[in-house]
Amino acid sequence: MSGAAVPVESPLRRFCAQFAESRLALVGLAMLVAVVLVALLAPVISPQNPYDLGKLDLMDARLPPGEPAAGGGMTYLLGTDGQGRDMLSAIFYGLRVSLYVGVASGVIALTLGAVLGVLAAYVGGRFEAVLMRIVDIQLGFPAILVALILLAVLGKGVDKIIIALVAVQWAYYARTARSAALVERNKEYIEAARGLKLSPVRIVLRHLLPNALPPLIVVGTVQVAHAIALEATLSFLGLGLPTTEPSLGLLIANGYEYLLSGKYWISVYPGVALLLTILSINLVGDQLRDVLNPRLAR
Amino acid sequence: MTLLVVDDLQTEFATRDGVLRAVQGVSFALARGQVLGLVGESGSGKSVTGFSILGLIDPPGRISGGSVKFDGQELVGQPENTLRRLRGKRIAMIFQDPMMTLNPVLSIETQMVETVLAHERVGRVVARERAIESLGRVGIAEPAARLPQYPHQFSGGMRQRVAIAIALLNRPDLVIADEPTTALDVTVQGQILYEMQKLVREAGSALIWITHDLAVIAGLADRVAVMYAGRIVEEGPVAAVLDAPRHPYTRGLLDSVPANNVAADGTQARRLRQIPGMTPSLLKLAPGCAFRERCDRADAACAQMPDLRAAGGRSVRCVHPLAEQIA
Amino acid sequence: MTVFILRRLMQTLLVLAATSLLVFFGLYVIGDPVEILVNPVADEVEKARARAALGLDKPIIEQYWVFLKGAVTGELGTSFVFGRPAMEVILERMPATLELAFLAMVMAVALGVPLGLYAGLRPNSWPAKTIMAASIVGFSLPTFWVGLLLILVFAVQLGWLPSTGRGPTQEVLGLQISILHWEGLKYALLPALNLALFKLSLIIRLTRAQVREQSLLDYIKFARAKGLPRHRVIGVHLLKNILIPLITVIGLELGSVIAFAVVTETIFAWPGMGKLVIDSIFQLDRPVVVAYLMMIVFMFILINLVVDLAYSALDPRVRLAEHR
Repeated sequence: MSGAAVPVESPLRRFCAQFAESRLALVGLAMLVAVVLVALLAPVISPQNPYDLGKLDLMDARLPPGEPAAGGGMTYLLGTDGQGRDMLSAIFYGLRVSLYVGVASGVIALTLGAVLGVLAAYVGGRFEAVLMRIVDIQLGFPAILVALILLAVLGKGVDKIIIALVAVQWAYYARTARSAALVERNKEYIEAARGLKLSPVRIVLRHLLPNALPPLIVVGTVQVAHAIALEATLSFLGLGLPTTEPSLGLLIANGYEYLLSGKYWISVYPGVALLLTILSINLVGDQLRDVLNPRLAR
Repeated sequence: MTLLVVDDLQTEFATRDGVLRAVQGVSFALARGQVLGLVGESGSGKSVTGFSILGLIDPPGRISGGSVKFDGQELVGQPENTLRRLRGKRIAMIFQDPMMTLNPVLSIETQMVETVLAHERVGRVVARERAIESLGRVGIAEPAARLPQYPHQFSGGMRQRVAIAIALLNRPDLVIADEPTTALDVTVQGQILYEMQKLVREAGSALIWITHDLAVIAGLADRVAVMYAGRIVEEGPVAAVLDAPRHPYTRGLLDSVPANNVAADGTQARRLRQIPGMTPSLLKLAPGCAFRERCDRADAACAQMPDLRAAGGRSVRCVHPLAEQIA
Repeated sequence: MTVFILRRLMQTLLVLAATSLLVFFGLYVIGDPVEILVNPVADEVEKARARAALGLDKPIIEQYWVFLKGAVTGELGTSFVFGRPAMEVILERMPATLELAFLAMVMAVALGVPLGLYAGLRPNSWPAKTIMAASIVGFSLPTFWVGLLLILVFAVQLGWLPSTGRGPTQEVLGLQISILHWEGLKYALLPALNLALFKLSLIIRLTRAQVREQSLLDYIKFARAKGLPRHRVIGVHLLKNILIPLITVIGLELGSVIAFAVVTETIFAWPGMGKLVIDSIFQLDRPVVVAYLMMIVFMFILINLVVDLAYSALDPRVRLAEHR
């Protein structure tokens, strides 16, 4: 219902208000903030530096949660792993790595993919055809295998795995961006804009890109969470990250062998941390998507 | 015989900012074959009135009061299935934007045949024949060839004709047209208007034409009801209301039509007269007459919502109605 | 239409050629397979002999040329590890992976679409909210971790289902299928469930999002105004509009499921292509890896083609626009 006397609310405020409508999303946001804080502050808040081999005591290996250290001084709240590392600390550090890799690769892939996709939709012609064929080819490869082969060739390292993850994700963004932009391109007002000789950059930036943005953000949150999970999977399979900087995936892999003998905490707790991270991103992303969706007539 | 009697209809929507009362006590009656023009600007509640008659108000909206009697049968509060049987069969509706109202992924044939089959147990062949015939009546050339096509293959005007064809398929007693020509270009508008008039007369259907455009009503309707902020402020035979409006708002509407803005000697007057101010928010309505803020005749007496007072076949909701003929 | 298909076939060949190039040379960079396959204490003569036997002593270009010639006839090299044609090894394991993927996908769609529809049509009911909450969790669970948990709970703790391996197979149309009878099916349930969980959540969310979006559109209101029964409004009008984006996703996801089987097969020791290829990568059994990738790419392109065709069959705006 229209009316002029409605108080003017800044878009940001309205966005925050709408976002806050879902308690679940707020919980997710709180979790996400906690996760990010933990990741950033890991060196500060960890009871132990799990990578300082000097500090580890093999006598403390495979202790169940809640056991005190043999030499006194600390209690292993979540138990220890096969080398006597405090699980809690290992998880904090692992979170750091997992988060960093997932976000970095997601951002790079989104930028790359979105630009290419929207351009393809606008420019059309051979450029679009060629790019979409490349996207098809890229998407014709299962993500995990592309990453697998790439990492087999590139070797281990944080930067290598980021490269692999970007290579795996960009095409998905490109395709989404192009589809969304294509729907807009075919609408009559773009023809009108073109007829008016509006600069292509303007058309792309003001019309095509904003319409591509909501689906891209939706894809983006999904993809970042997915990237984190993919990295964990690859680490589990033994590729990508070196053992000196284990992510949560590697921690789970390390604990695999102990699972059937009942020492569940080495695999299960890192898994819980991983789950919470991914879950919080998804909760936030879900609500973001609902709020940003122009077609839900808010 | 009175086909439709709307009595004190009230529809409201629960929004985040409060209860929005879109329709506040609307009453009117419609006889068979009569054409009523429901006029008002956006937000006046005219479209919601139309939807309310059909029972198409979904949560968070609801009909909170009043009655709608169609051919003697009360519609408010009826179960969905009863209403469904009436819709498309005895009461049909035409929407504003034909691109959005026709399902883009289904053929016209599908969308027309299903309308017939939803109400009558005839074979597909018969339904198809009816569809072709209906398309022909609304002026679509080669209807049989165009039947299997899809909405996007029709131009805007054609699409609206298809929508009209669908509405008239089952020979409804009442057609509610919600701004059907607003989204079309002017030349097409005229055609559609003319054809609707003809068709409705042929079929003997009553018509409620919802619009913001007074000019459209002039040639088409028998009676007109002007809505403002959820209420009817003036109602009467079209010629009478348009020649001698009683409510200041109606006067304002007429004045702001460029064609009316001619001086006595026939030349165009200088400035187009506007109604000052803006439509009030339906969420924050002050008590009293809703038009107060914008009316140059308002005074203390207007602090109370006036009733709709009938006199000589017309009614007006104003304590200071315009009385004389204005040149 | 035929032009379209022909063009697609040409592209398929191009892609396959490009794939083979990339993989062949990519794997060449990693290392010398002989080092892995031959006894480490073997002397140079032995190694040289092994290399010659495998054709690895020839220059890489020649190796690739030999490969290409064979590829045309369907002969994609001989596995270093198995000593048999690589294609044969792959095809042997393919039914196992495909039946797992198929089962998983069926589970995901059969459960996902109805649940998503319900959640979309009655978004404020508590079952809907539960479904959505569960779907987010399902979506966030790392597959391999869930696999571990599934084994822990259902196999170790409860002992209801076997934890590893594939069940007995029957011959169906020349292929060895295990899931058509309970004996075989019970082995496939856990891994298929593992694979399906993620996709199920995805489909639920997607369906619900589409339902919410589409239900607000005018054509739904118009359909109701015509007096169409509810089941037709939802089942025909709404569903058809939802299916279009859904089909694209399902197609993509099917391919992804086949590939992701790599992880599930590893955890559940399911003898499919996935496990084979991981081992082959680590063992540098190049012919097998190449053959696998070619196979996968071919399948993916096929799936993509089917999805595109389905898309244009379903959406008249796309189909008829192509002819403009």
